[in-house]
Amino acid sequence: MNDVYYKDIKKITNILLFLENVKNPAYNELVEVELEDGRVVSGQVLDAGEKFTVIQSFGETTGMNIGTTKVRLTGETAKFTVSEDILGRVFNGLGEPMDGGPAVFNGERRDINGAPINPYAREEPSEFIQTGISSIDAMNTLVRGQKLPIFSASGMKHNQLAVQIVRQAKILGENEKFAIVFGGIGITSEAANFFKSEFENSGALVRTVAFLNLSSSPSMERIILPRIALTAAEYLAHDKGMQVLVILTDMTNYCEGLKEISAAREEVPGRRGYPGYMYTDLASIFERAGKIKEKEGSVTMIPLLTMPGDDITHPIPDLTGYITEGQIVMSRDLEKKGVSPNIDVLTSLSRLMNQGIGDGKTREDHRNVANQLFAAYARGKDLKSLAEVVGEGALSESDKKFVKFFDVFEKKFVNQGYDQDRTITETLDLGWELLSMLDKSEMKRLKGAEIEKYGKWK
Amino acid sequence: MITRISGAVVEAIDVDKPKMNDIVRVGDAGLIGEIVRLHEDKVVIQVYEDTTDLRVGEKAVNTYAPLSVKLAPGLLGSIFDGVQRPLEKIMEESGDFIQKGVNVDPLDTGKRWKFNPKAKAGDEVGQGSIIGDVDETSLVKHKVLVPVGISGTIESIEEGEFTINDTIAVIKTEKGKSEIKMMQEWPVRKSRPVVEKFPPNIPLITGQRVLDTFFPVAKGGTAAIPGPFGSGKTVTQNALAKWSDADIIVYVGCGERGNEMTEMLSSLPKLKDPKSGKPLMNRTILIANTSNMPVAAREASIYTGAAIAEYYRDMGYNVALMADSTSRWAEALRELSGRLEEMPGEEGYPAYLSSKIAEFYERAGRVKTLSGKTGSLTLIGAVSPPGGDISEPVAQSTLRVTRVFWALDASLANARHFPSINWLNSYSLYEEDLKDWYETNVNKGWSPLKMELMGVLAREAEVNEVVQLVGYDALAESDKLTLDIAKVIREDFLQQNAFDDIDAFTSITKQYNILNSIKRLMEAERKAVENQIPVSRFQGIKAKEMIAKMKLVTDDRLDDYVKEFDGALGEINAKKEAE
Repeated sequence: MNDVYYKDIKKITNILLFLENVKNPAYNELVEVELEDGRVVSGQVLDAGEKFTVIQSFGETTGMNIGTTKVRLTGETAKFTVSEDILGRVFNGLGEPMDGGPAVFNGERRDINGAPINPYAREEPSEFIQTGISSIDAMNTLVRGQKLPIFSASGMKHNQLAVQIVRQAKILGENEKFAIVFGGIGITSEAANFFKSEFENSGALVRTVAFLNLSSSPSMERIILPRIALTAAEYLAHDKGMQVLVILTDMTNYCEGLKEISAAREEVPGRRGYPGYMYTDLASIFERAGKIKEKEGSVTMIPLLTMPGDDITHPIPDLTGYITEGQIVMSRDLEKKGVSPNIDVLTSLSRLMNQGIGDGKTREDHRNVANQLFAAYARGKDLKSLAEVVGEGALSESDKKFVKFFDVFEKKFVNQGYDQDRTITETLDLGWELLSMLDKSEMKRLKGAEIEKYGKWK
Repeated sequence: MITRISGAVVEAIDVDKPKMNDIVRVGDAGLIGEIVRLHEDKVVIQVYEDTTDLRVGEKAVNTYAPLSVKLAPGLLGSIFDGVQRPLEKIMEESGDFIQKGVNVDPLDTGKRWKFNPKAKAGDEVGQGSIIGDVDETSLVKHKVLVPVGISGTIESIEEGEFTINDTIAVIKTEKGKSEIKMMQEWPVRKSRPVVEKFPPNIPLITGQRVLDTFFPVAKGGTAAIPGPFGSGKTVTQNALAKWSDADIIVYVGCGERGNEMTEMLSSLPKLKDPKSGKPLMNRTILIANTSNMPVAAREASIYTGAAIAEYYRDMGYNVALMADSTSRWAEALRELSGRLEEMPGEEGYPAYLSSKIAEFYERAGRVKTLSGKTGSLTLIGAVSPPGGDISEPVAQSTLRVTRVFWALDASLANARHFPSINWLNSYSLYEEDLKDWYETNVNKGWSPLKMELMGVLAREAEVNEVVQLVGYDALAESDKLTLDIAKVIREDFLQQNAFDDIDAFTSITKQYNILNSIKRLMEAERKAVENQIPVSRFQGIKAKEMIAKMKLVTDDRLDDYVKEFDGALGEINAKKEAE
């Protein structure tokens, strides 16, 4: 431990401290800022220099001053103690217990920034996770080791969807060692309580590690929180062989925090005021999902974010979509129609779907049924908007069937509610049933043998 | 000694004899960095590894050489990071996660290669001359070139098994004797010299119907694929890497997903070259600097790829380089420029963005190499514009210099129309250059045929606007016919399933046959319409179903299939007689 205190503070902003004459600071080194009243706030070195050093405070700078406030460099980067004892515990955004329990000892202290997985060491994710939600399982399949975000917007029930996935995901099979790592980033205490009681009800709480940064807690903790959560997840997965599902909500709050720091540092902003390095920064979080060759465990990540103004081209969903392996998009239109979960299958996508489906994984007809459902639903959507202009009477008989299919698909296939758990067989059979509303000659994506075996045409 | 650390940018003093772009070992961990600015006695270094934990006061040591690649047998089939460190070796050294400061040789220095001389003592050789070869993989003969800057008389040359660092020949030059090894180095930011550039008039056949037929790229040409996320940039790039008829593929995964590189790594060795039946990995070099790997190395990765690609071009090969994605590379430039506190241009990108992009694409070309052979380097860059809006600086600067534009379209992707390349917005400026090749090698009627069908697609867009106003039923039969045929073109020709064994690659002959069949269907239907048969009667006819299945017909069965199709066409006019 380093017991030298520096008092040469030149400038303090709401989150940054500018120090002079710090001896040999390290980049990203953890610091402790001690106030006159004895309060200690932690922070980290953002810019290490011989002449001046910039420190980002994780807590509020309220009460700090130039003169009596002093800074101690800890000599190490931010770390988190990992051990199996963290299961069932609740921590704050800095990794300190907030459930009244003792601090975690007897563990290994790990750098929260982790290290990039060597692409050569990665295993291609290919194991199907059954979420029991038709619009995900059939159309946008989730696989182990994938990072698949949920793009939601304010006022939608994305928390319910996340909980449904946690509850139903067959990653929770009895024989498998599983764990949930939950990162609540700037969420309300109401939302935190909701997650807690849902995990409790499903019996998953003892297998859960929660990190909570409530909306009232310092926003700077939000930058640290996902990194600590993923350090825990990586440990449980790659060291302990567990199948880990990481839920991070709400990544929009994280990005706002990033913007705040960038603005405070007077950096040149990229798009819409967000820092130019936001892509790289988000990637350093999302890319920690994955599987490693010849190892049991996996980190599957479901980050949630709310799209500001329902705009999918906003930098936050946009950059996220470029990094993650697809996205599940919740739609305002479907919500208004009363469809729940209001997943828009057309704008949703799972890039790893092909690896996780088919014979021996789900069913041999899965790919083609999904393609046919997509095509039919998309066509129905086009025709429906056309019918709104020219009237349904102007459509051909075959086209009218597509319009009807469009409605029934939303009502029956997508609209399963937050409680129903469908097996993949049930989901695919339902798909076949709905397709039988259409003419067989329109089934361009299906193979003859599949129609023979699974088709429900009379 | 380090005086300041701000992310990937480090300032130091007391670096010995610093020159611009020299490589420096930074800190006690020995991180790799490059000098990007000199200011009095201060040196500014861009570091290719994570600088966390690097401390002010640690040392910075000059290596006195610019960032270079090592070029020798053993490159093919490898996967490197952005500064040519082999990921397999890094894994042996540091485990499943990439730790900092790993120092490994890019190539296996212990392996012995059988060197076959192609020149003998007494021969006059110049820079870039081929003096021998090595069977590098079952697909590629590695030509050993005289390094640039050396010419003279061969004094001795030896056949036998050598490592890449052994001397295989001695050349007597004006300045004395030069020992030639199989390995040579080349600074990545400098393009390798050529004698001259030829006009690009041979297409790069990709097996992707929409590309080869409507928007072809020439060998030695440049192409850009911009598109929003989820529109299939990576799938298209992967398909090109797998199926295009280049001799050598260099694939640069620049700031993209780790799992995607893993997918390439696991699928390429299993895929066979359509011509030789050998694993495609044997002609491929992967460079992976994923999004979570250090940003400065991402900036370098494109150049590392280009230098390696040029080296194989100089052996007389057709090389294609795919970069996915150049936007991430541009963002790396922006991030580093920001840290250097340079004056920003548009959207925070540095003012030199467009000249850097132009410089990169200028490395493409079909060339006469120093040894007198013809080689080519095709550059295909994916662009990831924010929100899919291509009015942003990276896409715009790229489109100014590339001659092919493959416009990916989110609405097509959402409807699962793949490859989701918009046929109305895309273009290829090589069409004229390549016309002769297609007419000589495929069919004389190639150009008018594809123009006619493209005309149908363009007309479809117009008719659809009318439909929006008056409804389908109010259309003239001839317009209904246009919609009918356009649908066939879209679904049975443009759409291609990259995940189907047969459909993934379509030979150019088969492309012609499908197109021609569609045209003949159109003519038959048109004639029938003139005979007062309504278009609605053409639903589900056999000829159409046959076209739909034609993409799954293997080339050896194609002739028979087309004959059968001829018979089915007769059915359309027979309908008239049946009335």
